[in-house]
Amino acid sequence: GKNSFSNGSCGREQKLNSDLRRKTFQIRSERVSESTKKRREEMDDFLDKLPQMDLMRSEKMTLVQLIIPVESAHRSVTYLGELGLLQFRDLNADKSPFQRTFATQVKRCGEMSRKLRFFKDQIDKAGLRCLQRHELEPNIELGDLERQLADHEHEVLEMNSNSEKLRQTYNELLEFKIVLQKASGFLVSSNAHAIGDETELHESTYSNNGFIESSSLLEQEMRPEPLNQSGLRFISGIINKDKLLRFERMLFRATRGNMLFNQTPSDEEIMDPSTSEMVEKNVFVVFFSGEQARTKILKICEAFGANCYPVPEDITKQRQLTREVLSRLSDLEATLDAGSRHRNNALNAVGYSLTKWMTTVRREKAVYDTLNMLNFDVTKKCLVGEGWCPTFAKTQIHEVLQRATSDSNSQVGVIFHVMHAVESPPTYFRTNKLTNAFQEIIDAYGVARYQEANPAVYSVVTYPFLFAKLGSFMEMLFGGRYVILLMALFSIYCGLIYNEFFSVPFHIFGGSAYKCRDTTCSDAYTAGLVKYRDPYPFGVDPSWRGSRSELPYLNSLKMKMSILLGIAQMNLGLILSFFNARFFGSSLDIRYQFIPQMIFLNSLFGYLSLLIIIKWCTGSQADLYHVMIYMFLSPTEELGENELFWGQHSVITFGIHCCSMDAFSKTFCTQENSHGGRTYGLLGTSEVDLDVEPDSARSHQEEEFNFSEIFVHQLIHSIEFVLGSVSNTASYLRLWALSLAHSELSTVFYEKVLLLAWGYENILIRLIGVVVFAFATAFILLMMETLSAFLHALRLHWVEFMGKFFHGDGYKFKPFSFTLISDDDE
Amino acid sequence: MYGFEALTFNIHGGYLEAIVRGHRAGLLTTADYNNLCQCENLDDIKMHLSATKYGSYLQNEPSPLHTTTIVEKCTLKLVDDYKHMLCQATEPMSTFLEYIRYGHMIDNVVLIVTGTLHERDVQELIEKCHPLGMFDSIATLAVAQNMRELYRLVLVDTPLAPYFSECLTSEDLDDMNIEIMRNTLYKAYLEDFYKFCQKLGGATAEIMSDLLAFEADRRAVNITINSIGTELTREDRKKLYSNFGFLYPYGHEELAICEDIDQVRGVMEKYPPYQAIFSKMSYGESQMLDKAFYEEEVRRLCLAFEQQFHYAVFFAYMRLREQEIRNLMWISECVAQNQKSRIHDSVVYMF
Repeated sequence: GKNSFSNGSCGREQKLNSDLRRKTFQIRSERVSESTKKRREEMDDFLDKLPQMDLMRSEKMTLVQLIIPVESAHRSVTYLGELGLLQFRDLNADKSPFQRTFATQVKRCGEMSRKLRFFKDQIDKAGLRCLQRHELEPNIELGDLERQLADHEHEVLEMNSNSEKLRQTYNELLEFKIVLQKASGFLVSSNAHAIGDETELHESTYSNNGFIESSSLLEQEMRPEPLNQSGLRFISGIINKDKLLRFERMLFRATRGNMLFNQTPSDEEIMDPSTSEMVEKNVFVVFFSGEQARTKILKICEAFGANCYPVPEDITKQRQLTREVLSRLSDLEATLDAGSRHRNNALNAVGYSLTKWMTTVRREKAVYDTLNMLNFDVTKKCLVGEGWCPTFAKTQIHEVLQRATSDSNSQVGVIFHVMHAVESPPTYFRTNKLTNAFQEIIDAYGVARYQEANPAVYSVVTYPFLFAKLGSFMEMLFGGRYVILLMALFSIYCGLIYNEFFSVPFHIFGGSAYKCRDTTCSDAYTAGLVKYRDPYPFGVDPSWRGSRSELPYLNSLKMKMSILLGIAQMNLGLILSFFNARFFGSSLDIRYQFIPQMIFLNSLFGYLSLLIIIKWCTGSQADLYHVMIYMFLSPTEELGENELFWGQHSVITFGIHCCSMDAFSKTFCTQENSHGGRTYGLLGTSEVDLDVEPDSARSHQEEEFNFSEIFVHQLIHSIEFVLGSVSNTASYLRLWALSLAHSELSTVFYEKVLLLAWGYENILIRLIGVVVFAFATAFILLMMETLSAFLHALRLHWVEFMGKFFHGDGYKFKPFSFTLISDDDE
Repeated sequence: MYGFEALTFNIHGGYLEAIVRGHRAGLLTTADYNNLCQCENLDDIKMHLSATKYGSYLQNEPSPLHTTTIVEKCTLKLVDDYKHMLCQATEPMSTFLEYIRYGHMIDNVVLIVTGTLHERDVQELIEKCHPLGMFDSIATLAVAQNMRELYRLVLVDTPLAPYFSECLTSEDLDDMNIEIMRNTLYKAYLEDFYKFCQKLGGATAEIMSDLLAFEADRRAVNITINSIGTELTREDRKKLYSNFGFLYPYGHEELAICEDIDQVRGVMEKYPPYQAIFSKMSYGESQMLDKAFYEEEVRRLCLAFEQQFHYAVFFAYMRLREQEIRNLMWISECVAQNQKSRIHDSVVYMF
């Protein structure tokens, strides 16, 4: 008891010391007055009371160290893998895979998975289905599994080699049978022909070992009555169909044309024993004379993989041989069948637990791979590991480790404690089905920096919204996933705003606010309209459709709307950059980056937006181009009829001042930043030097502080922002452009295809019109326009919105988890 | 026209150039070799290679590995890469890629003819052939008795046929004849390839002529060194040198009369590209010459990747891969025979 007490107090003292040190550094570094601190604390309290948003910032991560006794190491890591909330750091990065501690085990696992792949391959080849048994089998030990697998593999290999031998014999016999059947046809016909010509084949040559005796017998029998001295002989055999032509050419060349080549396709396909594929073969018979030619031909046969079989000329002998071959074939067939049944049984037995074994081996391999990332401590009795885990998971991990200790009957528990980290932690968002897709869209651009404001939160709404602005009504009602669902909902919403359906105006929200000036006018083309009651309650008045001023009106509306949306989104981006800066406690960024940027953007384009809104509300005729352009060309001039509100002139002057101020403040900000950088750099190093531990996250790369580099970097940043705010605003005009293109396209398809076709009385033309309209709508409007809208919305998010605040230089949290492993492999 | 082929190169060659550059990125680096050199047995090598592009080719091999399996599988990858590129290539790139194979074809022809001369089994010989140099009727080579038959029966169908015009004799085949045949064929092949590249023009011609000239010169030096002390006459020797290269024509005159290795050295040191190679060696030594030449070749091949829009990258990639396979073979052999101290004798590092 005494020991432990003194230990505890010691630890507490150390902790106190280090806390004190840290505090002094904080005080020295921040130098914030008490009052601001208090205000900030109040603010923090307020923000902390706000409901937790998991997606807003990534999970708080903690660097933890595990000291695991060797006897419980395997079990602990297995349990951690089941939990899947700890990302191990590789502490042996400098060692090659085979130098690590558990290299042999990893190799064994590799070997086992090779065997399992072999079984799977065999099962697939045999055409069996892997039956999965769902009832839980007792977990099998790795050693036992290894032994079992070796046994099974041995068994299967032996059976394979046996059946291969049998199959080879079977193939030979089969080929022989075919050759006998086909070649006898040639022989008979050529015999008949030969007798007519007073020549006769008197000898046949055999090459197959098994039949040499019979052939020599045959020769002896035939020799006594040579009718002709020409010595015509023949070789018969069988060859792959695709080699046939080249074979014939080669024979022709080798014998200088002194041969006769006959061939016919075999009617059945024969299995090629090496690849076990069915191939087509042709039976051939070559007639030739002379011994030299014979050797040549045999060599060529060998080179082309042609199998030669002897065919006796005598018909009775042929029949006898055929009978023999047939009987042996049927015998072999029975044996082969029995063999394959046996083999299938064996494979089935393996197939039952194959999936289970595969998962087991995969898991074991993952466990050993993870164990390889751990370090042995000095005494070689413990493994030391480091890893990142979300802060909320600490208790879970602790419980799991305790369970592992008790399950493996270890005397010593696993030591689990939090470490101070210099390296930036990984980014981890807990997502659900809906947010996951949007998070993926953001991650495709870049993984958020640790605890940086996550744009995915806003994307869930803004992305489908911008998407919808690009398209219109009813075009997106397909697909079931959440992104598409949201995009479709927003599309429908926008369609309602335009009050259009397939470019046909719909009076959904009551009648139009306009009517004809007099009763004689039939449509908007012939005469002007007058407004006779309150504006249309929701969206664009359908009466604009088809009127002479439709295009100018909609263009101006959509263009201004795009600018408003763009400015709003970019402002949101800037505000997020403020929250980021506040979160990371960087007052420099707020004062010299956020505020100037905010002033610049809003004094130019915020001002424009204000003018637009005022113009909409008052119905003024002021020319906004003029206002904006002359704001730069002659800022002091009076606006005259273009003035929208009192005091506008002074606002303009103020705006110009702000713009010029901005440039100065940027440069100022640069220098200020650089000083900040220096103090931070010093702080970081001094703290690290106090307790350096090799091979851990605390090893900190000291960055060389370079004034000119930071200066140039900041200068580029400010120039980029100034130019960017103009080009980004212009970029939002794509909302207008695409929307225009879309509505024009749908008008064309509706009027020039559907209505045109409908004008004819002919049913066929109408039908064609409907089909063309349907296809054009489905493929061009639905698919291609959707794709382009998707891409443009993506760009607006990635570049215009996220460029304002998002660093995206974090790295993803990849916990060691069995569920992720199985996903990867499949 | 020089300088303008870049405009249109990507229409047909862009995809494949990207592919080949991707493949190049998969070549083993010095760090990989350092790791491989530390391996204790062939399984370690397999384990290390499983993290490289060779992984999928070796993963299904049962565990007691042999050097031949490793080499075979690595060659298989090379062949697969090559076939993929050949499938995608259009003229004239496909012809260019075909040219790369011809060297292997010549080697295979020589291998089989020599083998049959010594009454070896044809199937066994075919297994030893380089898969890139295979052609349809290669097994039929065994039928031929002399060069004329060899040409008339088999090779007339292959792209090697035109190269045979120089060596159509009716003499029976023997070792010396075959060796002369190999070199004559190679000479004709290199000259033809050189001409073809000149015809292609542009950066391809520029880089390939440099690479091929180096190849031709290396062959010339090797022929000279190997023929010292044999009955090959000076005129015959000179006939085997390719008619281009840095040594052509005056260097060839001098090489033809060399009687020992130091005279060769004297000739070669006059040529700046080879001065560096020979200055590294001590007098009278020819053991390290191969390695020095290989190193110089690898250096030149790597430089081919510095330029874009030309075909030489394909040639360079194939050559580098082959060198890599040679390296792997050497390392595996050393590891298998427990001669790890000798690993560095023959390994040529690339990057």
